[in-house]
Formats: sequence, structure tokens, C-alpha cells
Amino acid sequence: MFGIETLGGNVQAAALVGIVLVEAMVLYVGYGALTAAVGPSVRKAIGGE
Amino acid sequence: MSAGMLALFVAFGVLIGILFGFFGMGGSFLVTPALLVMGYPSRVAVGSGLAFVFGTSVIATLKHRDLGQVDYKLGISMIIGTTVGLEVGKEIVLYLEELGLAGNIISVTYVLLLGGIGLFVTYEALKGGDGGGVSHDVDGDADVDADDIPELAKKIQSYSLPPMITLRGGVKVSLWMILLVAFATGLLSGFLGVGGGFIRMPALFYLIGVPVPIAVGTDLFEIMFSGGIGSFLYAQSGGVDLSIVAPLLAGSALGARVGSAATSIVNEDEIKIYFGLMLLLGALAVAVRQAGNYLGMGVLDYVSLALILGSALMVSGAVLYSAVKSMRAPSATGSSTAD
Repeated sequence: MFGIETLGGNVQAAALVGIVLVEAMVLYVGYGALTAAVGPSVRKAIGGE
Repeated sequence: MSAGMLALFVAFGVLIGILFGFFGMGGSFLVTPALLVMGYPSRVAVGSGLAFVFGTSVIATLKHRDLGQVDYKLGISMIIGTTVGLEVGKEIVLYLEELGLAGNIISVTYVLLLGGIGLFVTYEALKGGDGGGVSHDVDGDADVDADDIPELAKKIQSYSLPPMITLRGGVKVSLWMILLVAFATGLLSGFLGVGGGFIRMPALFYLIGVPVPIAVGTDLFEIMFSGGIGSFLYAQSGGVDLSIVAPLLAGSALGARVGSAATSIVNEDEIKIYFGLMLLLGALAVAVRQAGNYLGMGVLDYVSLALILGSALMVSGAVLYSAVKSMRAPSATGSSTAD
């Protein structure tokens, strides 16, 4: 996956960890923005307001 | 990987994320057993579990960083002990794998650990105590009241084996004690493929005497490193499968937002008993799978998987139900502080 199979053992391992780190940071920022954008509307809808 | 499996991993990630976001722990202990039940080799189940823990803890640490609940001096001391423990734990797994015993021994350890903690949490919840969970709204800068330090921690703090270090909250303790706790929890992390938070956080509080909020924040900071180092070590031997980790993380990051938002509107005591029961069901699931292997009954693997998914679904559902009920109640007041 992501073409990292061609890398050497240690580099491939570091690349895998790096990909997980980047995914986590992207998810943190992305979901943060999503929460800010739709959170209040969802809260109102659930609260029956 | 089929679209069905992808959807299953994302959905499972959402369930785990809700639990992690709400309880501040329990983010990973279901992943490795679930992967083992699904037939993945021990190395992949443990390695991918650790990589998932790493990603989840990065997200959680980013959130806790702003609350000032991280003791970096303690965290870095813990990392040293944990790294050694992780390496030893990984070597044990690889050795047991060569002997063909890894799956069995990891499963039995899981049953004992989850079962024991599950019994403790359920007992405390029924008793109305404060065990098995995490206080969410606490002041990380407050000094520790001597009455709040557990007796065992006071005893450990009394061993003035140099070098002594002073931690946030005014706690003074021998570096060797911290390294010892870190080594033991690192060993379990490497062996079981868990972040070790559900062991380390209570250990920091009960053994070192660190105040709960700082124990939680520092624990998350430390899990980030132990998870990263553990993932790297397993990735070297092909133990990290991104097609498992990526969808799980995508789901859990979303679930964690929902779970942490729910903390400000749901009474945690209502849910704690479900959490204890979930741990017990997790232990039962691994035991059922082992019995299936022993008796040669493949159907028990599916019973085991159903127990794991069902218990996570039950507790996540209870959190969501309580949150919606609280928001719909006329006196709901917590929504203004929800995430």
C-alpha cells in the first residue's frame, strides 16, 4: 500500500509509522473542522430545538 | 480488502473511539483480540493494534496538550523504562510465535487481565466507588492534598533512592520507581499490543501518587511514544497492516469526538457498570475462542467475535442513548461545553 513495499526494512517501518502519524493529524484537523461546522446544527436537531 | 471488511473496520473504529473519548481509556484492548479472532497472525494482530494505539493517542494528546495535563519530565522518564519493556515484550511474542504458543498465551493473559480489571470496575461501580474511570473536568495545576495520595504510593514515595525527581503537583519520587513501573507496563504493551493506558494510568496514581488528571495526560503523551516505538518494532517484521489500521483510525477519530462531547452531558457513573461488563465480555470472548481452538469447534470463533462486537456496541449505544436522553431533557445544561 502507498508503494512503500519497495523500501528497505527500517525505512519501510518508519514510513508506516509516519503514515499513521500523518493520518492521525489529518483526522484531528479534519474532524475538528467538521465538528465546528456541523456540531451546533446536530446538537440542535438532537435536542429537538 | 473487500468493501464489507473496510466498512466493518471503520464501524468498529467508531465504537472504540466513542469508548476512548468517553472513558479516556479502553481504546485498544478490543482490537488485538478481534484481529486474533478474525484469523490474523499474532504478529499482525499485535503490531496493527499498537499502530492503531499510536494514531489514537496522537489525536488524544493533541487535545490534552492545551489542558496543561502533561508532565514532560515524568513522561520522558516513563518512555525510557517503557522502551526497554516493549523490546522485551516483543522478543517474548516472537519467541512464543516460534514455539507456536503465542496465540494461546496472549489470549490467556488477556482473559486474566481483562477479567480481573472488569471484575474490579464492576465491583466499584456497584459499590458506588470511583474505580475504573477517569475524571474529565479537573485542574491539572493544583497541588496534591496528602489525603488524596494512596497509601501504597506514600510508601513508594518514602523510598528516597537517588536520583529523586519532583513532579507536577509537588510529588517527589525516586526515578528508579518510575522506571520500574514504566518497564512493567511497557512489557505488557509489547506483549499484548495494547497502549497500556488502562494499566499505566492507575499505576501512576496508585503506585507513584501522581494526581489523576496529570496521570491521564502524561499517560496519553507516553502512549504516543510507546505506541510509535512498538509499531516501528513490529513494522520491521511485517506486523503492521495499514489496510487494518487506516480504516480503524478513521472511525475511531470520529467516535472519539462524539465520546468526548458526551462526557459533558452524561453522568459517567450511569455508564461505568456497562464498561466493567464490557471488559468481562471481552475476557469471555477470548476464552470462548480458545475453547473453540481446543475443541476444534470453528463456530465458537464467530460466537467470540459476536461477543466482542456486541459488548462494544452495547456500551457505545448506552453512552449515545444517555447523551441523547440528557440533551432532550428540559433541564439539559451541558451542551454549551460539549466538544
